[in-house]
Formats: sequence, structure tokens, C-alpha cells
Amino acid sequence: MILSGWGRTTAQDCRVSRPRSEAELAARVAEGGLIARGAGRAYGDAAQSAANTVDMGGFRRMIAFDDATGQLVAEAGVTLDEVIATFLPRGWFPAVTPGTRFVTLGGAVAADVHGKNHHRDGSFGATVDWIDLMGPDGRVRRVAPGDPLFGWTVGVMGLTGVILRVALRLKAVETGYIRQRTLPAPHLAAAMATFEANADATYSVAWIDCLARGPSLGRSLVLLGEHAALADLPEDARARPFHPPAPKRRLVPFEAPGFLLNGLTVRAFNEVYWRAGLAGLGERLVGWAPYFYPLDAVEGWNRIYGRRGFVQFQCALPLAVAAGALEALLREISAAGQGSFLAVLKRFGPQAGAFSFPMEGYTLALDFPLHAGTAALLDRLDRIVVTAGGRFYLAKDARMSRAVFEAAEPRAAAFRGFRTAEGLAGAFGSTQSERLGL
Amino acid sequence: MTKGAVLILGGRSDIGLATAHALAGAGHPVWLAARNAAGLEPERTDLALRHGVEVSLHEFDVLDTAAMPGFLDTLPGLPAVVVSVVGLLGDQAKDEHDPAAAITVMRTNYEGPATILGLIAYRMEARGSGAIVGVSSVAGLRGRATNYIYGSAKAGFTAYLSGLRNRLAKRGVHVLTVLPGFVDTRMTAGMDLPKKLTAAPTEVGAAVRRALEGQRDVVYVKPVWRLVMAVIRAIPEGVFKKLRL
Ligand SMILES: Cc1cc2nc3c(=O)[nH]c(=O)nc-3n(C[C@H](O)[C@H](O)[C@H](O)COP(=O)(O)OP(=O)(O)OC[C@H]3O[C@@H](n4cnc5c(N)ncnc54)[C@H](O)[C@@H]3O)c2cc1C
Ligand SMILES: NC(=O)c1ccc[n+]([C@@H]2O[C@H](COP(=O)([O-])OP(=O)(O)OC[C@H]3O[C@@H](n4cnc5c(N)ncnc54)[C@H](OP(=O)(O)O)[C@@H]3O)[C@@H](O)[C@H]2O)c1
Repeated sequence: MILSGWGRTTAQDCRVSRPRSEAELAARVAEGGLIARGAGRAYGDAAQSAANTVDMGGFRRMIAFDDATGQLVAEAGVTLDEVIATFLPRGWFPAVTPGTRFVTLGGAVAADVHGKNHHRDGSFGATVDWIDLMGPDGRVRRVAPGDPLFGWTVGVMGLTGVILRVALRLKAVETGYIRQRTLPAPHLAAAMATFEANADATYSVAWIDCLARGPSLGRSLVLLGEHAALADLPEDARARPFHPPAPKRRLVPFEAPGFLLNGLTVRAFNEVYWRAGLAGLGERLVGWAPYFYPLDAVEGWNRIYGRRGFVQFQCALPLAVAAGALEALLREISAAGQGSFLAVLKRFGPQAGAFSFPMEGYTLALDFPLHAGTAALLDRLDRIVVTAGGRFYLAKDARMSRAVFEAAEPRAAAFRGFRTAEGLAGAFGSTQSERLGL
Repeated sequence: MTKGAVLILGGRSDIGLATAHALAGAGHPVWLAARNAAGLEPERTDLALRHGVEVSLHEFDVLDTAAMPGFLDTLPGLPAVVVSVVGLLGDQAKDEHDPAAAITVMRTNYEGPATILGLIAYRMEARGSGAIVGVSSVAGLRGRATNYIYGSAKAGFTAYLSGLRNRLAKRGVHVLTVLPGFVDTRMTAGMDLPKKLTAAPTEVGAAVRRALEGQRDVVYVKPVWRLVMAVIRAIPEGVFKKLRL
């Protein structure tokens, strides 16, 4: 079966199975070279193994919920979409969520995903009480924070075993609305100052106009958000506080040819976004879906880049050098004129975990349609990040070279040692881990 | 508002469970009937947790026709809706030479489901209300070399449902025939199904819910299948017999 990541650049014929029980899964594990696959929302080849890909769709039951503590126990194939559908009407929301709700709990743990509240609440792993993990011997162990195996599992993209169950703490909310404040920032320094000045905001993220140059380099809209209380809602919305009017689901049914996405189109897109942001200045109430998951409303949006697909670039930069490195990155990007459709800047807080992506500092995420010149640009961006002591997000990676990975990841050697000592290296592996030599 | 219970015959099937979720999501309590029903405890918990409805498990074997009246008497009552998803694809090439296996396929897809739905229909008719959903197959619309044992049994089941509908139309009992094309389930695991013609079990569940609300008679799930089957049925037998399908 042909599998590929969300960016559609890593197509590969893989043998895929969908075990339904621990015994069936253990038999797959015994074959070696296994990688678990959740919803396939990672952009590259992290959830592909030519010989032995296991689709977690056979494990998607919810097991228990404690409405005193908000702890949900569920199988790893359950998606955040299902969690929200089930528990938001009862007043609970995922405490950490990525920018799409179509991810599985297993995938969220494996990538240790972050949300717009990372600066305050940390990554997904920080909301997990324990996981059940099937190891290379087919045995299932319950591991919790503090256990070294937990630390190595969170963020290492499925390379320590198969996550079967997750105990996750949800967050109590009074409504399904967010109070959103939009702050324009005329350049990068202003955007960063806005983040620093709003460190106590629950959610913060900035959209960057990648084509702005010179004194406007890094022109952005910083969006802050707080969960709205019942009293914040207009009278007529209070009867159904968890059901904001749903945005229309739009389809991108065709594969847009690459030439539609040249600099001009993206310039127009950014201009429109900029104006819309200005018009919506100040505070307004936004439903949870458009606030957290604007892209989920456009079904199959990854097709707008056409057949050749696109690549994501996401790096984390240490706080001390973030300003200079971000400026260098944005300068390269705007000079190349390959304006990224979506460019997102976010402040990261401190991070636990032995191999998690975030680090205290800033993260920049962009995507590029694949065409001539993209590879060279990305190589230049890689060098800036490595020089700054930054690192790359494996959930977005589809192309990093082993040399760049090695230079950016002093942690890799220790992880390799752990994999060997625990007998994990032959049992679990993905096309990505082979490429990166993990 | 409390809604009437839904009895799912074949409660372990992917399509059966997806239908259970769709109807539990609309507030119906669910009774899952299957062989080795106790093994469905995780599904029971999952359904109850997600939808906040009562869910119970019931032992049921569609081949044990003698036990059927007794089975119905052990249920908490007469359901508002019964959905039969019981079925067995078999292995055509092997079953052609194995009468016992072929008979099991025939009985599992036709005799068994028709018998239990017939018994329930009688009780619903007496009550004057209810809905009967039979999951049959497009395979029953024309016999093909690669699956005519299964297909002929589904043809029998489809005809049975049609007759039942005809009989009960004025008795307050709704009969719905579901003719899914390919569905990505345990039954088709490992088969290389064409993406555009293949439905997810959740799509079947949603289609059943809509068809019940809309009092439909026959649904195909993916509309393209109506067209595909119209074409397949229009091919003259003299030509059809020479095709490899
Ligand atoms: C539109 C969009 C927005 C996004 N926004 C963000 C964001 O804001 N923040 C962020 O952090 N990420 C973001 N992501 C990335 C996404 O959250 C991660 O890639 C996530 O891991 C995807 O989960 P999945 O279930 O699709 O996993 P897959 O893509 O199927 O797999 C991802 C990795 O998880 C492993 N894995 C999956 N299930 C298991 C399991 N049961 N046991 C062991 N390993 C497993 C796989 O082996 C693989 O290495 C975004 C992605 C998209 C498409
Ligand atoms: N998948 C498709 O492409 C497709 C297409 C058209 C129609 N259909 C029909 O859809 C229905 C559901 O199938 P599915 O795809 O969900 O596959 P499935 O999981 O194999 O479901 C078939 C179910 O029938 C049950 N069953 C078989 N023999 C039984 C018996 N003697 N007593 C009680 N239950 C019995 C099985 O129960 P056990 O778990 O106990 O074995 C199983 O749960 C079937 O009628 C099938 O013919 C499927």
C-alpha cells in the first residue's frame, strides 16, 4: 500500500497491517522493523516502514473517564477530534493541542506535540499520567513520567515501542469559545516584544508575512487567547455554551497546479490576511474550531500545493540567540521570494523530556511547495539553525540529512545507546529513523 | 428524551459497531448481540462512555435458528430498531468444492438473518411500530464467478427484505435495505480496494442513521455504486458470462 506523510512528498510502498488485539500486535512486533502509524498527520516519513507499518486503527476505544480529575484513559488510536466531540459538551478540552485535531493520542505522545500554550503549560507529554507501551518482547509495560522509558518515548517518534493506551488529563472549560486578542507587530522585534510582554496569556501565536522586507521584516499579527467564561458569552449563546456555530467545511477537491502558488499568490494571501487582522483588532469571541484548527475547515488542504507536494520547515531556537537567528532566517526566506503560505512564530517555555522538540526560546514553522530552488533554500536555513544551536521538529521533517541532524542533535548519541541497550534498534524503525541514522 | 433501543445483530462487525455509534450518538440505547458476546466488553464501555447511553451484551449465533425465539425472550424487550450486519464472505474458490463450507456461507448470509428478522418483524407488526435494517450487499445484484456463493445468499436476503417491506408498509414497520459496495473492514482486510469506491464503516453508520430518519427503502452508502451496479446489471448475459469480474 502506498503511504506518504501529510506533505505528500514521501510516497513509499509499505506493507501495512491493522492488528485488533495485543496478541496480533505482538506477532507483528516479533517480525522487527515495525513502526506504528496514527492518523498520518506527520509531514514526512516518520510513520512509514516498508516492511512493517502498523495502522493503529484497530485500537480506538475509550476506556474510562474520571469527571472529578478530568483523566481520560483511551487507546492510542483515538483522535483528539473524538476526544473533543465526546468531552467538550461535558466541559472538558485537551490541555495541549496541535494545530489539527485529526491526530491520534499515540501520535501526539510520540511527537510530544506542542500547542499555543507551550510557554505556560509545556508539551503534550506534560498532560499524560501514564502510557501502556508494548516493547520489543511483546510485553506491555505501564510507564509514567519519571521513568526513563517514558522520557525516551515522548518525542522520539515511535522508536521505543507501540503506545497502546494513554491516560490523559483534560482541562475544565466553561465554554467552547476563546477570547481572542489580535496585536499587530510592524516587525520582528515588535513581535518578540509582544510575546515577552504577554507571557501570562494562556495562548499565543504569531502569523508572519514572509514577504515583508527591510524595516518591515517579520511583520506579524500576534494572536492571544483565553478560554471564555460563561459570563463572557452574549446572552443568546449561553444556552449552548459548548456549541459555537460551526464554520462551514470547505473542500479543496482538486490538486492546484504549482504555478498558482508563485510569489504573487502568496503575496496576495498575506496582504488579505494582514488587512483582515487589522479589521478584527481588539478582542473578539471565536469558536474553538476556527481558533485552534483553522486548517481543519479546509478538508484536504494539503492538496493545494499540487502533485509534487510540499515540505515543512520547523525549528526551535534557544532564547538567547533567537532574535538574530530568526532575522537571518526571515531574510533568507523573503529574499528567495518563495513566500511560505503559512508562517507561524511561537514562544516556547521550558521543556522536559529526553528527546522532545521544544526548547526555551522561539519556534518558526513554514511550508514551501517543492520546486527548483527549494532544496538549496532549505539547506541555507538548516545551517542558520545549526549555527544558532537550534533543532528541528521530526514530525515536520521529510528531508533532513544525517549530517544536519547529527549537528543539531547532541542528544542522538545517548538515544542510540538507549535503543541498543534495550534491544529496540532491530524491533522498531521507520523510513525517517533510517534516513537519520537513529 | 429517551429513545428506543437498537439491537445490533453481529455486534463485533466494524459496520455493526459504526452503526451502533451513529445511533447511540442520536441517543438510542444499544444492545449488541454476537457470538462470544462477553468479549465485547471494551466496545460496550466505549459506546457507553462516548454517548452516555445504556449498552448491553447478548449472546447470539445466527446459525442456531432453533434458539432464536428464546434469544428474543431474554432481551430487555422488543427493540425499536434492529440492524442485522451478520455476514460471511467465505472463500469462493475453496467453497466451490466444499459443500459444508458453502452451506455455512449461504445460511449465514441468508437463512439466519432472514429468520431472526422475520421473528422480530412479526413482533413489531403486532406492536405496530419499529424499524428493521438489513445489511445485504451489491454482490447480490448479479452473480459473479468470484463470489456467487456469497452473492446468491445476499440476493436471497435482499429479496426477503423487499418482500418484508412490501408486507409491513402499512403496518407501521419501516424496512431498510443497505447495499454497501466495498467497505474497509475486517471482512476486506488485506484486499486492495479502489479508494473512490470504498467507504469507511463510519460512512455506513451515518448512512443508516440518515436513512432511518428519512424512512428510506434502499441505500447504497456511496451513491456511485447505484451507477456502477446499473451498468453491471445492464450487460447482457451473453456478454457478461465472458467477462472476468
Ligand atoms: C495541519 C497540521 C498542523 C499541525 N500543527 C502542529 C502543532 O501546532 N504542534 C505540533 O506539535 N504538531 C503539529 N502538527 C504535527 C502533528 O501534530 C504530529 O505530526 C502528530 O504526531 C501527528 O499525529 P498522528 O496521529 O497523525 O501520527 P502519525 O503522523 O501517524 O505518526 C507520527 C509519529 O508518531 C508515531 N506514532 C503514532 N502512533 C503511535 C503509537 N500508537 N505508538 C507509537 N508511536 C506512534 C509514528 O510512528 C510517527 O513517528 C501539525 C500537523 C498538521 C497536519
Ligand atoms: N466489508 C464490505 O466490503 C462489505 C460490503 C458489502 C456488504 N457487507 C456486509 O456487511 C456486513 C458486515 O460486514 P463487515 O464488513 O463489518 O465484516 P465483519 O466484521 O466480518 O462482520 C461480519 C459479522 O458477522 C458475524 N457473524 C458471522 N457468522 C455469525 C454467526 N454464525 N452468528 C453470529 N454472528 C456471525 C461476525 O461475527 P464474529 O465476530 O463472531 O465472527 C461478524 O461480526 C456483512 O453482512 C457483510 O456481508 C460488507
